[in-house]
Amino acid sequence: MKKHLLDFELISNQSLNHNHNLLGLRCTSALPAITPGQFVEVRVDGSPSTYLRRPFSVHRVDYNSNTMHLLIKSIGEGTSRLASLLPGQLVNIILPLGQGFPLDENKNVLLVGGGCGVAPLWFLASELKKRNNNITMLIGGRTNRDVLMPDAYTQFGNVLVSTEDGSLGERGMVTGHSFFKDQVSGINTVYCCGPDGMMKAVSHIAEKFRIPCYVSLENTMACGMGACLCCIVDTKQGHRCVCTDGPVFNSLELKGWSAEIEVGCSIDQ
Amino acid sequence: MANLSVNIHKLKLKNPVMTASGTFGYGEEFDDFIDVNALGGFIVKATTLLHREGNPYPRMAETPMGMLNAVGLQNKGIDYFVDTIYPKFAKYSNCIVANVSDSTVEGYVEVASKMNALPNISAIELNISCPNVKEGGMAFGTSCPSAIAVTKAVREVYDKTLIVKLSPNVTSITEIALAVEEAGADAVSLINTLLGMAIDAEKRKPVLSTVTGGLSGPAIKPVALRMVWQVARAVKIPVIGIGGISTAADAIEFLLAGASAIQVGTANFVDPAATIHILKGINEYMERHKINDINELIGGLIL
Repeated sequence: MKKHLLDFELISNQSLNHNHNLLGLRCTSALPAITPGQFVEVRVDGSPSTYLRRPFSVHRVDYNSNTMHLLIKSIGEGTSRLASLLPGQLVNIILPLGQGFPLDENKNVLLVGGGCGVAPLWFLASELKKRNNNITMLIGGRTNRDVLMPDAYTQFGNVLVSTEDGSLGERGMVTGHSFFKDQVSGINTVYCCGPDGMMKAVSHIAEKFRIPCYVSLENTMACGMGACLCCIVDTKQGHRCVCTDGPVFNSLELKGWSAEIEVGCSIDQ
Repeated sequence: MANLSVNIHKLKLKNPVMTASGTFGYGEEFDDFIDVNALGGFIVKATTLLHREGNPYPRMAETPMGMLNAVGLQNKGIDYFVDTIYPKFAKYSNCIVANVSDSTVEGYVEVASKMNALPNISAIELNISCPNVKEGGMAFGTSCPSAIAVTKAVREVYDKTLIVKLSPNVTSITEIALAVEEAGADAVSLINTLLGMAIDAEKRKPVLSTVTGGLSGPAIKPVALRMVWQVARAVKIPVIGIGGISTAADAIEFLLAGASAIQVGTANFVDPAATIHILKGINEYMERHKINDINELIGGLIL
């Protein structure tokens, strides 16, 4: 897919909680085709300590209005700067980048998101629904305020929630959710995005049930297009770039992700 | 239109803008953004004798106006380069320079002699300055005897333009430059990255898997400019300026300091079209100052 360097106009900036914002961006030219799981590299203007672009997976795409949405978590100066953008401001973006999720048709699929890991799952769910899949979505967070917009996903299928403190949905880790005990055997594909520990634990369960599990990795990147070789992940075929070979990988390709024993996990961040 | 062409020994560049090794992949990563052929040339990422996996993750730490990297010469080795990567260069008509590295003098020689047989590789850049490998790399470039030994040995098997890329992590870069000139280098390029370090205070741990890494980006530009100026005054061979160049003004500064050409590095990560903007800006500068030949700018600093 051809990569583009384009300006977007910020059309909305919605605060979702203390450190998450949903940015609506309208492309100043034709929005290129994007697949769920692909990401973009956003230039951060007006932040002298931020030299490199910031990578974000695409949260939503609407070709009719020529817009896309990015769900961003403020963790440093660069992301905080982006979270403070005002409507009308221009944002320079490289897109689309990387390999997205393979899309099933007419299957039972499980989407698991932890914290801001739900970011690519909206776009994924909307495309999976178009392909007539039966969607179950499991969202985990430390507390209820870390579970971002759970009601908004009900349009795509069944939404389940777990929080570590029990303030919303089932209490405990996302991998401890009763869905994994009772119903996971009926699932054909698992799609997962969140902290590494959570994704590893989910992939271990999927492996046990022999369900393909696709995970979206988030390694530190400089360029986002395979030039710098900084964001590598160790796979069974050696080092691969998360930016060009991923960010989505089948968990079985990743070295050290295969489970002999089940491990617990915590959704931190 | 003004003349932008410059010569680096036998290398005829249609303009002085090139890209730095390890920041431009093999050129094709940038085809979507720029006409790669519009550049004077590009330096492809380092090739070693054998396949190297490079260093473990994490390999990168962002720093004020720059970044540290610890990639560690990840590449698939010279034979893969010759068989699989080199044929893709047929679409480019500008100068393609191969960056050559290894852990032993014999390794450098073998890679260089295989590069010598490739007609579309118009020069090699001998990397004796990579700070991210345990053996070889910078170890060759930080003492005169070892820099001389590897340059001489490669000179014997390589008859096209031989550029030696120098490390700034030395007491006197001028001494090393003079040593490799004496040993047969046709040009020197400088600077490679400055050895640096980043610490995550919350975790009390180094950010990079290798603890230390190479600093690049605008943060190092003043150091690079000073070294280019010193070296250009000391040697007779052409100097290629590298280090934090991200604007046309930066590029002009390096030319004035004595560089015959420049390489754009880390800026490619932030703006994949940076080289083209720099080229356009150089043209504008020359028009504004009514300069007809870019060679008038080289070493044109008024003291």
